[in-house]
Amino acid sequence: MSLSLESVDSVVNGNLHLSQINLSLQPGSFNVLLGRTLAGKTSLMRMMAGLDRPTSGRVLMDGADVTGIPVQKRNISMVYQQFINYPNLTVRENIASPLRLAKTNAAEVEKRVLETADMLQITPFLDSYPLALSGGQQQRTAMARALVKDASVILFDEPLVNLDYKLREELRSELRELFKIRNAIAVYATTEPNEALALGGTTTLLHEGKIIQTGPSAQVYREPANVIAADLFSEPPINLISGQVKDNEVIFGESVHFPLNQDLRNLTNGGYQFGVRPSHIGLVPHNDDDLELSMKVELAEISGSETFLHLTSPQFNLVVQLSGVHAYHTDAAIKVYLPIHKLFVFNLDGDMVQSPFALVNA
Amino acid sequence: MQISKRKGLGLSVYLFFLLIPIYWLINMSFKKKDEVLSGLSLWPRDFTLENYITIFTDSSWYMGYVNSLLYVSLNMAITLLVALPAAYAFSRYKFIGDKHLFFWLLTNRMAPPAVFLLPFFQLYSSIGLFDTHWAVALSHCLFSVPLAVWILEGFMSAVPREIDETAYIDGYSFPHFFVRIFLPLISSGIGVTAFFSFLFSWVELLLARTLTSVEAKPIGAVMTRTISAEGIDWGLLAAAGVLTILPGLLVIWLVRNHVAKGFALGRV
Repeated sequence: MSLSLESVDSVVNGNLHLSQINLSLQPGSFNVLLGRTLAGKTSLMRMMAGLDRPTSGRVLMDGADVTGIPVQKRNISMVYQQFINYPNLTVRENIASPLRLAKTNAAEVEKRVLETADMLQITPFLDSYPLALSGGQQQRTAMARALVKDASVILFDEPLVNLDYKLREELRSELRELFKIRNAIAVYATTEPNEALALGGTTTLLHEGKIIQTGPSAQVYREPANVIAADLFSEPPINLISGQVKDNEVIFGESVHFPLNQDLRNLTNGGYQFGVRPSHIGLVPHNDDDLELSMKVELAEISGSETFLHLTSPQFNLVVQLSGVHAYHTDAAIKVYLPIHKLFVFNLDGDMVQSPFALVNA
Repeated sequence: MQISKRKGLGLSVYLFFLLIPIYWLINMSFKKKDEVLSGLSLWPRDFTLENYITIFTDSSWYMGYVNSLLYVSLNMAITLLVALPAAYAFSRYKFIGDKHLFFWLLTNRMAPPAVFLLPFFQLYSSIGLFDTHWAVALSHCLFSVPLAVWILEGFMSAVPREIDETAYIDGYSFPHFFVRIFLPLISSGIGVTAFFSFLFSWVELLLARTLTSVEAKPIGAVMTRTISAEGIDWGLLAAAGVLTILPGLLVIWLVRNHVAKGFALGRV
């Protein structure tokens, strides 16, 4: 069963939530919706589910128009960011509820509930009530309820956000495994680029209600269509430096300049924006042509087992991602090495001119 | 230790003063008329159940309780039936003027019941509702429904909207979801609401007395009957008073947990 949206718009109280969404999802595919908060991820999922109606445009399932069909008749399931279960029913009855409503016979219900509970490792809690469980177990219950029926579309709206780090990793990999054997369309909304990469499949970047780019996750990461896409799919955000190309040289600000290398030789003279991912900048040179930059430390931010180093210089600022926990003094002078063969090049409108990781160079 | 002892003492004193009038009522209800009038006695010298026997055997007495309980129950049922859908609409849907309407509901309660006495009396007399349990129950709804909508809306809004949606996604129809999933989630709110509409209807006397004459006469009105040619029958009146407290006690005992939760959670 395929699902497609055709030029879907959504306007709520005069606010544009979605604008000209065209999307086609194939059975058995795992689709990640990546975007910041309020980018329209939830709105889009609610359209897919049939919880909201688009202001204009059509939603098609297997080619048939289902735009006005209520959610009860659409055979979908959904897992929310909040842990949503029926507090007055036991875990067993929570999981069984979609099956019971579909008038499945009792033996079959029992079998499928046990299978699903087993898969999500909540068998010991079947007779407890959801609110007596931990957050992770509650979310597993919600997932079990979504997975127990043979829904043709399964929607996950940031399901792991409210869980702790370890549990998130664990559930994420389980989830990916579960979907390998299903022929359903999975849609997974997240704000985290790393999560999108870890889940694989197809990534659709959403920004302010519009689709910025769609494609296989790794490809979108390697070849962002424009500055917004590069920024969305980078944590911490990608570094952007405005520069000029003149006489076979790239000039950042006034002082920093280097000759065009093999990859960049096709650039014509003019203004560009150069992007470099924070993880690509190093404290030691890896290549002969790495650009040495003298910067000043503004802030060293520890995130998990990584350090985000915010650096400043008169011309531009940079964020460097270092593995491991490092301490730096504010205002300390530091030298960093920027690999010019890993520079993304965007024109002044923000569109991609050249990606260092493109598999086929133009 | 010292502090808790003092607190205990304070509580005892408080309870003592609180219970004096109730004790005195019970005390009187077991006395004969002569003893009540013959001066101070801290407990019944000549213990008698006569007063209670009179009430339970004389239909003009016990029907007062039956009438009161009937219209109070009717009122509770109507209030819940009307307020549940209304509160759900206020809690879940946006419609033109919803906030204003929600506020103006409460204005019904800003006027004393006496204001509505005349219109109700005239209206009910002309459509033949006068002196029925429905008359009293419906007139009390004017006061209990707005409060009920407010209380229930608070409880309903505390239930995440996603639970409704999850139920629809699972395949519940709206009525099925409402009864099977939603009502159990707001059972405390329903308990609190029932309690407040009981409370209002049970103690309200003005409308209840004016809108009835014989068939649906409430106990409050019957109690004024004890003034006869021989004077006031104090013992009998006291016994009637004790019996009037009992249903209230029973209801409070039944909903005590819900009300405590309601004060903590909802809008009471």
